[in-house]
Amino acid sequence: MAVNDYIRERFFPHLWCAGCGHGIVLNGLIRAVEKLGMSRNEIVMVSGIGCSSRISGYMDFHTLHTIHGRALAFATGVKLSKPELNVIVPMGDGDALSIGGNHFIHAARRNIAITAIVMNNRIYGMTGGQYSPLTGPGMLATTAPYSNIDQSFDIVEMAKAAGATFVARTTTYHVHQMADIIRSAILHEGFSVVEVMSQCPTYFGRKNKQGGAVEMMKRMKEITTPIGSKKKVENPDLIERGIFVELDKPEYCSEYNQIIERAMGGY
Amino acid sequence: MTRRIKFIQGNEACVEGALYAGLEFFAGYPITPSTEIMEHLSKRLPAIGGKFIQMEDEIASMCAIIGASLTGQKVLTATSGPGFSLKQEALGYAVMAEIPCVIVNVQRGGPSTGVPTHVSQGDVMQARWGTHGDHSLVTLTASNHQDVFAMTVEAFNIAETFRTPVILLFDEVVGHMRERLEIPEPGEIPIVNRLRTAVHDGVDYHPYLPREDGRLPMSDFGGVHRYNVTGLVHDMWGFPSDNPKIIHGLLRHLVDKIENNASHIAMYKTFYLEDADTVLVSFGSAARSALHIVKSLRKRGEKIGLLELQTLWPFPADIVRRYCNKASYTVVVEMNMGQVCQMVKTAVDHRERVFLANRIDGVFITPTDIKNILRLIKGRGV
Amino acid sequence: MAKAKLKEHRINREWCKGCGICVAFCPKEVLELDEQDKAVAVRIEDCIACRMCELRCPDLAIEVVVEKQESAT
Repeated sequence: MAVNDYIRERFFPHLWCAGCGHGIVLNGLIRAVEKLGMSRNEIVMVSGIGCSSRISGYMDFHTLHTIHGRALAFATGVKLSKPELNVIVPMGDGDALSIGGNHFIHAARRNIAITAIVMNNRIYGMTGGQYSPLTGPGMLATTAPYSNIDQSFDIVEMAKAAGATFVARTTTYHVHQMADIIRSAILHEGFSVVEVMSQCPTYFGRKNKQGGAVEMMKRMKEITTPIGSKKKVENPDLIERGIFVELDKPEYCSEYNQIIERAMGGY
Repeated sequence: MTRRIKFIQGNEACVEGALYAGLEFFAGYPITPSTEIMEHLSKRLPAIGGKFIQMEDEIASMCAIIGASLTGQKVLTATSGPGFSLKQEALGYAVMAEIPCVIVNVQRGGPSTGVPTHVSQGDVMQARWGTHGDHSLVTLTASNHQDVFAMTVEAFNIAETFRTPVILLFDEVVGHMRERLEIPEPGEIPIVNRLRTAVHDGVDYHPYLPREDGRLPMSDFGGVHRYNVTGLVHDMWGFPSDNPKIIHGLLRHLVDKIENNASHIAMYKTFYLEDADTVLVSFGSAARSALHIVKSLRKRGEKIGLLELQTLWPFPADIVRRYCNKASYTVVVEMNMGQVCQMVKTAVDHRERVFLANRIDGVFITPTDIKNILRLIKGRGV
Repeated sequence: MAKAKLKEHRINREWCKGCGICVAFCPKEVLELDEQDKAVAVRIEDCIACRMCELRCPDLAIEVVVEKQESAT
């Protein structure tokens, strides 16, 4: 199938700003699904609220655009009730880790086979550039006019600690890697987390004088390095990208099927 | 064949009703005094191939049942006081996206943590108006286990018929009290199953276009029709819209589909109302004491009767008016500060003839309490 | 595997928002923004059909169409 077979063309051009990284994530996601050759009817995309969450409306899957932060909780209901469906949850950094932080860690802990794609642009875009839990200290935002003093989460470390069995990071610059990682994440039998470092030129870039989309993407190339590279030894500040965790552990829905077998035999 | 008879808690009667109605998926979070519902379902649901999950919090439980409902399953969550407050945003989502689901609130004393182990009926208005924005939904209640069972079945039927969340507003006394339940035979109470679209693959399916009878056939997630579900105002395909005509039309539809069927949804019981000059109006566990005092005063020849409401929302104003308008005294018996009493006053011509008999101290209202208040109202002293 | 041979850059001008990502990251400087800030291929002969413009386009506005390769087997 062609790229346009996966999208709802009548809603294009999309609502994101020029140069928004979320469009590149949409692009990479389509490539990943295209390579997998899955039927659109087998995929449910569940999203919350924010710029990133609007991605679901553009995709021609079963799409569930829910409330702020709770996408993974809705997705858990979809997945557990019909485990044969592939459930993909695109989220923003605020959506996933601020208001939705509790659902994020618990979905990871359960190891339910859902793919969480955290589109990390370090800002609340839709409401106009307020700082998020990923903004980081020293940055500016419309609610941090003097400088942000909030420390930020490390999405990868958090997902690992919470028990996610597939954890990866990539960027909107590294589009081949992004498509490959998303594909592996969807195939993974367990909770998978893909952090995609994404650019918000409109708010984060402008507020923090990081230039436009092009400059922000060049920067992502400069500040990241593949996992285990020599460059990381020389410069520990570099952010690693690639697959950090890929473990084979009992998946929640499979485990629940065993509970059903026990209950049906024993009740 | 003899019917199955159980001597159980009201919370378990609710479980029996839900399973009879065809429950397939439950998500919940522990909270007093509703926890027994989830405990029983954790055992019963997998035994019939259904799914039970204890979620990380109350909000997640409400969200999970909405997700499961969209795959075509009959779904339930149960909670109390604080948990019901937490569920309000997602409850509004179910209203907006028209998701069939049933929410049990076994009421306890509030506000806030209040009195977790004591009875109250203080969530009547919250059930109606807890979530933001204009909307409508259905709230049912019951005073005894047979009715808890029946109302639970009815809740699922209404949820499927109108594509709406239905709230079962029980209370701590009914939830924890043990009494007899006769479980009806299969087929004895009609069951409404999900209305699924007959539109074939490849033909444009409109998830939010009502049929002539007002019903909206659904298509399960995973089926051949891919559509969008959102909490934003949406068009007949489920896609967001800010067109004033669509906003107006959707809001009207969401409210009208319930309010225009209020008489169909209205369920109630009458006791000795034919010649009653004093009408007690009550619901839930309070109606048990109300019925007790009505029976005892009847024995003394007093013209007193009881209207027991089983549907609280949409408020059955016509029914209340029919039975209370000519009474010299209408006395609303409830364990709150007059939430149903206010509604009764708006339903009758002479609001000065409507009185409140209540308790708000976490103690179950007794027949003697009601008798004493009746004496005060009628100027006979205590 | 034979190298893909470019046929055309199919650019959807309705969808293109003129962010310039395709222009900046094209390894052969094939693309430019025109006076309306829409991407256009100006040096088609230099294109190596790497499709980086297509994959990085946030607007799904570029498709790199290649000649169908004759099977070599």
